[in-house]
Amino acid sequence: MALNKPRTSSFSRNVSTVSTSQVPGLKHGPNGTVFLSSGIADLDKILGGGFPLGSLVMIMEDPEAPHHMLLLRNFMSQGLVHKQPLLYASPAMEPRGFLGTLPNPVSSKDDKSRDHDTEQEKTLRIAWQYKKYFGEQNLDSQRDGKAEYCNDFDLRKPLDRHALSGQCIDCVSLQDSPNLATLYERCSTFLAQIPRFDGNITSAGRISIQSFCAPQCEFSDKEWDMLSFIGSLKSLVMSSNAVAVITFPPSLVSPTVLKRWQHLADTLLSVRAVPDEDRELAKLLTGYQDMLGLLNVHKVARINTQVPIILEATTYSIKLHKRRSLGLECLNQAPVDASSGNSYGTSGSCSVSTKTGALDF
Amino acid sequence: MSNSAHTLLDEALGFDDDGDDVVYFGSHNALGGAAGGGGGSAKMVLIKDCVETSGAFILHHLIKRSLSPNRPSDVVVFLAFAHPFSHYDRILRKLGCNVGVQRETKRFIYYDMLMPKYPGLGRDGEKGAEAALLHVYGNIQKTVELCSSPEGIKNITIMIDDISLMEVTVCGSSNQVLDFLHYCFTLATQFGCSVVILSHEDVYSSMDRPSLQRQMEYLANVIIKAEPLATGLATDVHGQLTVFNRGFCQGTGNSKTKIRNFHFKVKENYVEYFYPGSRT
Repeated sequence: MALNKPRTSSFSRNVSTVSTSQVPGLKHGPNGTVFLSSGIADLDKILGGGFPLGSLVMIMEDPEAPHHMLLLRNFMSQGLVHKQPLLYASPAMEPRGFLGTLPNPVSSKDDKSRDHDTEQEKTLRIAWQYKKYFGEQNLDSQRDGKAEYCNDFDLRKPLDRHALSGQCIDCVSLQDSPNLATLYERCSTFLAQIPRFDGNITSAGRISIQSFCAPQCEFSDKEWDMLSFIGSLKSLVMSSNAVAVITFPPSLVSPTVLKRWQHLADTLLSVRAVPDEDRELAKLLTGYQDMLGLLNVHKVARINTQVPIILEATTYSIKLHKRRSLGLECLNQAPVDASSGNSYGTSGSCSVSTKTGALDF
Repeated sequence: MSNSAHTLLDEALGFDDDGDDVVYFGSHNALGGAAGGGGGSAKMVLIKDCVETSGAFILHHLIKRSLSPNRPSDVVVFLAFAHPFSHYDRILRKLGCNVGVQRETKRFIYYDMLMPKYPGLGRDGEKGAEAALLHVYGNIQKTVELCSSPEGIKNITIMIDDISLMEVTVCGSSNQVLDFLHYCFTLATQFGCSVVILSHEDVYSSMDRPSLQRQMEYLANVIIKAEPLATGLATDVHGQLTVFNRGFCQGTGNSKTKIRNFHFKVKENYVEYFYPGSRT
């Protein structure tokens, strides 16, 4: 019935948007959204394609381990590969130093061999694990076909210097911005240089803010200032072709404010370290030795739709493929007797949902 | 389309199958408004949700209901703090309601309240936000007065899509938000409008005295609470709704709050409501 009426709303599908599929690093998603890659192929897959343009991603840090940096580095490196403008802010005095730690993309030749290897490896796995590998093959073949949407990054190899030259990278120290106004202005001028949503998207920007409410920053005690900063950054990003990722230590903000931040986030993730010698957990999960940490997906962006995205699992283990590139895997419960299975599940320090256990299978 | 499909939610809110007979159900209909003329009492619906389960789909349902063709005298005044117009346009289009057209015919009056500027930028940041709220209230008042003129009596619903973000725009001064609410409530009482507010319950659960939350709960005739199942989220049950409907006291003094609880599953073009365990 809506089709019979003249289309006079602000939204109308523009035919020229079809051409954006040619823009490397951008992918059309459902409901008129456009995704850009998080830099981790597995995370893209979990989130249904990546981070949608115009969304705010928040990552809750673990106080003990810098796993959020892994996510940020891959996110930024992916942006560099696609020649997208970047803005990075951190509480460090010299935030540019971060660029030296960005991982290098694995060259496509190596990449193919990696795919091949892992596929072989997968077929060798035992039968009860096979379910999660469904549909993975065709994704791999798609990736080989076109210009790559998501690269693999070698965490051991820093990015070549020449890759950084000539790119639009803005670095801001949070310490220079005592009342957040400077940071806001930097963000808004950064976003202003990216062409707006006018049907034809040519480029997309990435904003990363690391350890947003760290105590080094002067504004870290001004909860409402931080809230309104996040709120106004969100509305800025919403109307431009960009994704903003903010990581923050959740223990430093009061529970009320934490909830407000979580509501503001379109996509909400949290990372957690795995303790080195947790015998109980080691007994419970297969591949515990290879795990770097755990990633929880609390909320998946829901832009232009009211349907929530319910994931099969919300906890994933962060692993290294061939000791160099990041990957995420569902947790596999080790085949032990069920009686010991209930003993774990009390340490959900950064898990939002208190009703479900810290781990779900 | 399933325009008049009667759901458990409609039932719990006191709606009837055919939305056209508003007068009859006006007595205990939470959102029917006072169709008989001005001077009715305000109806307030409070939707409470949490990070895990969003309650925004209830707003969409109520917008669609108010703007349906068999309720031609309804007007929705919408204050959007959380999402841009295109978001609502797309969602409601899928539900079978073109808010773009309704916006032009002035049945859907949309106020973009997304934070355009960081309030700390100028020295008058907070004052500016306050002025903006006042300005919006002035507009709402004008709209309501215009719509309630004797020649065209209309049912007006004022909707606020995220009250906690309104607090953020005024930098945490919940008194200003409360003032705004009371103005709206007074206006609604005077002209017999309805007020629908979406609020996040978990934001206030760790506060000592969440005066905003408590005052809203006190004023509300209907409280709808959206929460996840105790066992977590599932693909076929997206959560549960608890509807507290206080609208059933019929002047006898013994107020009966009706409490209904049911599960729901949100889809693109409709929402399924069902009692726990009743799905095959």
